[in-house]
Amino acid sequence: MSILINKNTKVIVQGITGRDGSFHSQQMIDYGTNIVGGVTPGKGGQTVLGRPIFNSCKEAVAATGADVSIMYVPAKFAKAAMIDAATSGIKLLVAITEGVPTLDALEAYELLTAHGVRLIGPNCPGLITPGECKIGIMPASIHKAGRVGVISRSGTLTYEIVNELTNAGLGESTCIGIGGDPVIGSKFTDLLPLFEKDSQTEAIVICGEIGGQDEVEAARYYKEHMTKPVVGFMAGLTAPPGKRMGHAGAIVGGEDDTAASKIAKMEALGVPVARLISDVVSLVERKLGVS
Amino acid sequence: MKLHEYQAKALFREVGIPCPADRAVSTAAEAVEAAKALGLPVVLKAQVHAGGRGKAGGVKLVSKLEDIKPTAEKILSLTIKDLPVRKLLVAPAAEIKKEVYLSILIDRGTRKAVFIGCAEGGVEIEETAKTNPGAILRYEVAAKELQTLQHAKVMPFALKLFSNPKQAAEVADIMVKLAKLFADKDASLIEINPLIADGHDKIIALDAKMIVDDNAMFRHAELEPLRDMDSENQDELDAKAQGLSFIPLDGTIGCMVNGAGLAMATMDTIKHVGGNPANFLDVGGSSSPDKVVAAFRLILKNPKITAILINIFGGITRCDDIAKGILQSLEQMNVPVPIIVRLVGTNEEQGRKLLEGTKLGTAKSLVEGARKATELGGRA
Repeated sequence: MSILINKNTKVIVQGITGRDGSFHSQQMIDYGTNIVGGVTPGKGGQTVLGRPIFNSCKEAVAATGADVSIMYVPAKFAKAAMIDAATSGIKLLVAITEGVPTLDALEAYELLTAHGVRLIGPNCPGLITPGECKIGIMPASIHKAGRVGVISRSGTLTYEIVNELTNAGLGESTCIGIGGDPVIGSKFTDLLPLFEKDSQTEAIVICGEIGGQDEVEAARYYKEHMTKPVVGFMAGLTAPPGKRMGHAGAIVGGEDDTAASKIAKMEALGVPVARLISDVVSLVERKLGVS
Repeated sequence: MKLHEYQAKALFREVGIPCPADRAVSTAAEAVEAAKALGLPVVLKAQVHAGGRGKAGGVKLVSKLEDIKPTAEKILSLTIKDLPVRKLLVAPAAEIKKEVYLSILIDRGTRKAVFIGCAEGGVEIEETAKTNPGAILRYEVAAKELQTLQHAKVMPFALKLFSNPKQAAEVADIMVKLAKLFADKDASLIEINPLIADGHDKIIALDAKMIVDDNAMFRHAELEPLRDMDSENQDELDAKAQGLSFIPLDGTIGCMVNGAGLAMATMDTIKHVGGNPANFLDVGGSSSPDKVVAAFRLILKNPKITAILINIFGGITRCDDIAKGILQSLEQMNVPVPIIVRLVGTNEEQGRKLLEGTKLGTAKSLVEGARKATELGGRA
């Protein structure tokens, strides 16, 4: 078991003809992901990486029966691409694109939700169920099927934690990068219930950063609704206030947004937070009774 | 991007949100002219992107004409939180019968735009939210409704701010216009604190604060001239122009990392092992070798640098691109401090091969890299 995606998932790629889109599509194909087509408006009828290209998601879904789309299109065109995806019949949209205007993301999120499409991202690395399906830009080699679910606001930070989980022999059930923007389609609290229900997942790591209260809400959700252990990591203890630290959503607005304040609240709600990335694994092992 | 009060009010006037007849000036002489035209008393308000300008002496009520020039000169000579005061707003001293708080912003939690109101105006809204959360009013607006918000829908909210129906109708009108302005300009915050009923019982925006979404600036060329270069760090701007994200800090160990979260965690780790990071630097995804060269130039501009830690966990970033960039940098410039490189992830093998035979220090993990950089660069 896993959540959201598995070996039967059929994937289309919006923006498959771009530099990053084609590079990472090839990587996904190499991993065994069932990429059934691509979407680039105006390039319908062509073939890229041996896959048919369509002018719209609707055409692509009609022709291939895809259930997930992954999107690499530039930020300026992201809203149009997300709206295209919303009405196409897919169930899950993974928006890799960085720099999407917040109001575009909001509007697209509303439309996607109205059509029953779950959005992951934007500004995220995607998700992977190791050994079955990779829909994203994460390096495949560090993942190994296993017991721990991972949800993270940061891409490369997730890889660090995954690497440690894999090296420790724990492995991962599904890893999801939810994105670093202020408005994202799936938050920790949207995904924790799925991991709680998933029979393969025994513990969950949530990896957060400064800005917003999502990690604290996740800890509250854990305390009120979950039986599986959740441990955390929080980036940005040394971040100065008022500065946007790369991610649009990573900014300390008020005292509540700081890493230290969030760590204190999470720990009070029963979610221990590692101070170093390399301590995440030992926290998970302690929760699982592994030494 | 933050707008100054006078800039936000100019946008308010364009859409018909009532403001005082205030004027922005750059010199004491202009302040005197403005005060004469507006009539005394006036309030002189420093236009800087810093909170607490009143406490810093940047806001003064002046009743006598002869006091305008010295007061204006004094405020224009101020530096508030490292920012020089270059403009003043000369505002007629309004009679305030009642003042409230009104803003519209993106609520990350509910993923909606939301109006925030508080009938106790002129206050620190974050403080009120903690001490008296019941006093905070909320009205959520879906993104697609921002352009077409109905007056009648926001009337109940407005009536909670001003119980007089005529005044509430004026507030509702302002809310409709604010929502449209918010959407048209891709704002992430517009705040009116205070929104007042003046001596004639008219509702006006006495102050204005506005922040525009940086991600949307590509479609707002008209706002670009409003950028206050004083409040921007030149290195940060240069970095941005090259697709990097850079923020200077006060330490000695230069950092070059891919990904914002990992860049923060790298800083945190350096601090944890006893060092002190000199900067936040995210080379971003799909890094070309050129970006690495640009990153080196930025880091080396800081004379306090004693070591550089390059921490790359390749995903969309390819380790061979980074390695090529490191080699190009070493050819193009003198790097007088030790460099520790940690490369993991996409095209890791190709990247490591490229760096074989160089004198660069290497590390297998982030903690090891941070320790080595701190040992070589010294503790802060």
